[in-house]
Amino acid sequence: MSNAHDLLFRTLADPTRRALFERLCREGEQTVAALTAQSGVSQPAVSKHLGILKQAGFVSDRHVGRQTHYSAQLGALAPLIDWTNQMAGFWESRFDDLENLLKRMDQ
Amino acid sequence: MNETLAVVVEREMPFPPEKIWRALTQPRLIEEWLMKNDFKPAVDHRFVLRGDWGSVDCKVLEIEPNKTLSYTWAAMGLESVVTWTLSPTNTGTNLRMEQIGFRPDQQQAYQGAKFGWQKFFANLEQILARPD
Repeated sequence: MSNAHDLLFRTLADPTRRALFERLCREGEQTVAALTAQSGVSQPAVSKHLGILKQAGFVSDRHVGRQTHYSAQLGALAPLIDWTNQMAGFWESRFDDLENLLKRMDQ
Repeated sequence: MNETLAVVVEREMPFPPEKIWRALTQPRLIEEWLMKNDFKPAVDHRFVLRGDWGSVDCKVLEIEPNKTLSYTWAAMGLESVVTWTLSPTNTGTNLRMEQIGFRPDQQQAYQGAKFGWQKFFANLEQILARPD
């Protein structure tokens, strides 16, 4: 398991954090205040979660006056969708094992 | 995220199709290169592949001795179909494996997969599927 995957999964493992990311995906850009109002946790907690999401590349922020607006970065999910590469590697090594077996068969 | 994914691995092998077919369809041989299993070469037969990391649920879809074999391959959120095709060549066999999959969510890559990933990805899929 790569470090990139590890970071993605650890970042999204927290349900509150995941819910914040989902909301940004669903509803587009939001201020911290708006996110806090619906999150059921305190603003400092929301800010902390957003900071962790930002570090992992899941969200970007922009400052407008005294407000910070956050938006989802869907590209961050790309490694999770990179299934084909993983499976291709898996099958390549299965083919190697199959060839080795075929060489041993009937000997 | 709803797009169909395909993995194709193809290899020329210096063995006749009949020999490769045995390795693809006899449980003791399958175990040597793939995983422990209770495979039977019969359409609709359900079998399980067991690996160190977990198991894969399968069902035989199509079988034509020495030519083609396909089965479903479902593991931790991934639904896919694996199809083997054997074509004789002058020197042996061209062996082709094609895996077509849907809804990749990579849960199998993560040990602590009990975090409601299914729902999370289902929600995301809905979001991503919406027209802009």
